[in-house]
Amino acid sequence: MPISSAAARLTKRPGSRWLTFSGIIALIVVFPVAGLLMEALKGSAGLWAHLFSTTLPVALVDTVILLLGVGVVTAVLGTTTAWMVTAYEFPGRRVLEWALLLPLAVPTYIIAYAYLDILHPIGSVQGAIRWMLGYDSPRQFRLPDVRSMTGCILLLGFVLYPYVYIPTRAMFLTQSGNLIDAARTLGISRRAVFWRIALPLARPAVAVGISLALMETLNDVGAAEFLGVRTMTVSIYTTWITRSDLPGASQIALALLLVVVALVALERWARRKQRYATDARRSRGMALQQVSAWKGMLLLFSGLIPVLLGFGAPALYLTTEAWKRYQFAGISPRILDEAVNTIAIATAATVVTIGLGLVVAYATRVRPGPKSSWLLRFATMGYAAPGTVVAIGVLIVLAGLDRFIDRTAIAWLGVSTGLLFIGSGAAVVYALTVRFLAISAGGIEAGLSRIPGSLDHASRSLGQSRAGTFLHVHLPLSRAAISAAALLVFVDCVKELPATLLLRPLNVETFATHLYGEAARGTYEEASIAALAIVAISILPVILLSQVGRSRAVAPSPIGSLQ
Amino acid sequence: MNLRAIKTSTFLVSSLLLTASVATAAEINVYTTREPALVAPLLEAFTKSTGTKVNTVFLKDGLAERVASEGESSPADILMTVDAGNLVDLVEKGVTQSAESTVLTSAIPEQLRDADGHWFALSMRARVLYAAKDLDLASFNYEDLADPKWKGKVCIRSGQHPYNTALFADYIAHYGAEETEKWLAGVKDNLARKAAGGDRDSAKDILGGICDIGIANSYYVGLMTSGKGGEEQVKWAEAIKVILPTFKDGGTQVNISGAAIAKHAPNKAEAVKLLEYLVSDEAQKIYAEANYEYPVKPGAAIDPIIASFGELKIDDKSLAEIVSHRKQASELVDKVGFDN
Repeated sequence: MPISSAAARLTKRPGSRWLTFSGIIALIVVFPVAGLLMEALKGSAGLWAHLFSTTLPVALVDTVILLLGVGVVTAVLGTTTAWMVTAYEFPGRRVLEWALLLPLAVPTYIIAYAYLDILHPIGSVQGAIRWMLGYDSPRQFRLPDVRSMTGCILLLGFVLYPYVYIPTRAMFLTQSGNLIDAARTLGISRRAVFWRIALPLARPAVAVGISLALMETLNDVGAAEFLGVRTMTVSIYTTWITRSDLPGASQIALALLLVVVALVALERWARRKQRYATDARRSRGMALQQVSAWKGMLLLFSGLIPVLLGFGAPALYLTTEAWKRYQFAGISPRILDEAVNTIAIATAATVVTIGLGLVVAYATRVRPGPKSSWLLRFATMGYAAPGTVVAIGVLIVLAGLDRFIDRTAIAWLGVSTGLLFIGSGAAVVYALTVRFLAISAGGIEAGLSRIPGSLDHASRSLGQSRAGTFLHVHLPLSRAAISAAALLVFVDCVKELPATLLLRPLNVETFATHLYGEAARGTYEEASIAALAIVAISILPVILLSQVGRSRAVAPSPIGSLQ
Repeated sequence: MNLRAIKTSTFLVSSLLLTASVATAAEINVYTTREPALVAPLLEAFTKSTGTKVNTVFLKDGLAERVASEGESSPADILMTVDAGNLVDLVEKGVTQSAESTVLTSAIPEQLRDADGHWFALSMRARVLYAAKDLDLASFNYEDLADPKWKGKVCIRSGQHPYNTALFADYIAHYGAEETEKWLAGVKDNLARKAAGGDRDSAKDILGGICDIGIANSYYVGLMTSGKGGEEQVKWAEAIKVILPTFKDGGTQVNISGAAIAKHAPNKAEAVKLLEYLVSDEAQKIYAEANYEYPVKPGAAIDPIIASFGELKIDDKSLAEIVSHRKQASELVDKVGFDN
């Protein structure tokens, strides 16, 4: 690897150590991908010819349609809601501000199964419609089936839009009020300010948000399975599971990964010439515009729609189902163990992910340049790979290591260590880290990039060491970004299914794996308590997440914390 | 990060490490793709009668990959899964070993176990027809699924699901690939909705008026009818009647759940005992009563709900032959765009 030799040569330059650590982290992330590559190289006779002549064209078109659809829905919902709560003052705005985050607590596979039931011909919605229209059998009148591309796009869009809402709202909040005021003085309407100033300036945030939402989409297997949408990810599964062709599945996964990397590169290339500098001190945010009472009502109601559809309805559904289940069969004592496991795994993974993400992001700060930004990109590629694919890669790498340690211990000490990593849950934490490092590194990098370089110089000339500058300037100033990233990662870890399922130790169940176990044999009703628990555990971090943004809006000027 | 956060996380990490169970003697480790709730009653009964503790990990996809990667360090003693194809996959990946046990060979008919003792069927399920209760239909052939008179009336889960690829592979065994492709295209044309969801959705969708007939596994009827899944599922089950379909020149397609001894099983002797227990009268009764599966042991009792479908005439094509056509079946599903 050129990284280590380059690092050795450059040890004298500032930030070299950060760069070296960043390189190590990138390697750790790349290991599982390398494992997959090895698997893919084993070859799979005739696979691509078969795929090209059969499912691939359909899967490709379906994937593109799904991504476009989800991209549009999340972009529209995410930016308009973010603008609503940052540009206008109306009753209920403060509640809406955090309520809009709630759908984040609902995993894609849960929303799919909830709506499948809610909108089923024998469900309450269609029942009510039939009653109103005077029909008494679903054979006389039915709504179109949810199991369709449109259904999938809308359902995914309504739970994934917060990925766009969060960074976009943060961007609107930190946009200098001066620019907007200047525009207003020049006679531009509030609406035009959105289209001509706020939105173009928020483009990086919107792009990051959409790319996160799309990667979640690519990752989803559960919702696609429930709704019958055949994506590339489903092809990977079919090739692996039904045709027992792991090398083939790895090849498709790597091809998909290449496509994603290309898309991300394209997006970066498209805005290569643009530089976004914001004033970290933010003397003053954009002033909220008071609106008339009825317009305020309109804003509140339209803002509540995504909350109700993405969170309210499924949460209400899960609560009633869980209640019915509780009355029918009581609550299983396993729930408590599962809660402990879920929280322990998510917490451990969050701590590791944030620690590593901080290093990778900080390297781009102290050693800006192609090297550190490439390392950042490498370190964050795990997010694009489907969870199971990452899990298989991790399995290949860690199980190999486990066996090596076991063999060595037996040979030298005469004691078997068993499977250290896989047996302990460390493998799960590793896989989750690989998957979600993008969220932490990306979020922290965005936070760091808002801190003007002049502060670094000021800190150094006032006698702070580099470490001191990190501890006393950068860390406090990016606290909001770090907390936001940590909360997002935590929620994602709670929701994560495929990697946890494959890599967890004996006798360990989490809410997600329990839910899947029940859903896999069609006993959804037994899964409702676990599903509700996932949503409930995720709500608290989600609400905290909204507080992060809010407290920052009233945070003392960064200059103050320097003194 | 403050000190308390570090302490908390250290505590959490270490408590996580502690949950790792160290395998000791008189414990058996089971890797299973069968949902925990389905096998738990059996394993509990075994522990009660022998005192041997059973640890399980429920894995959905990647059982073989995990055992293979763990290699000789793997704690797995028994690998349990459904579908004959999955069992054969385990053998082909080299993660199983043969078990010699006269108890097993005398209890399980020859066609329901591997000739070399690498895997054993423990229970059976049939791929049956759910039909709307008021439908004038008394018998059914799998071939009829492609009959245009069922256009827009058929519900089925993804064609790529092992339960379906096994059925389609059986069709290939009867008629060859070319005929099967035509038949599959016909079935595809008859679908009332996307080939998605699970087997119970067929019953639910028949109640919902989406379709008239559906293909699904036999035991779900027992799970729904018994009320174990709640009152709503009783209604789904009440909306349907079950017909045991047959091939025109054969019988009903049957699949299995089964188990194998892991190649590097640390507790092989105990593991074989567990398998032997699973084909005992007591365990076969649990399979039939708790899970509504057909027992593999000849003469063992069948649950009344399942028995009410009529006498099961198992198709004459061997599991081994069906398994050999599985990949081709999966490719045909792609070719006719069954799931699109």
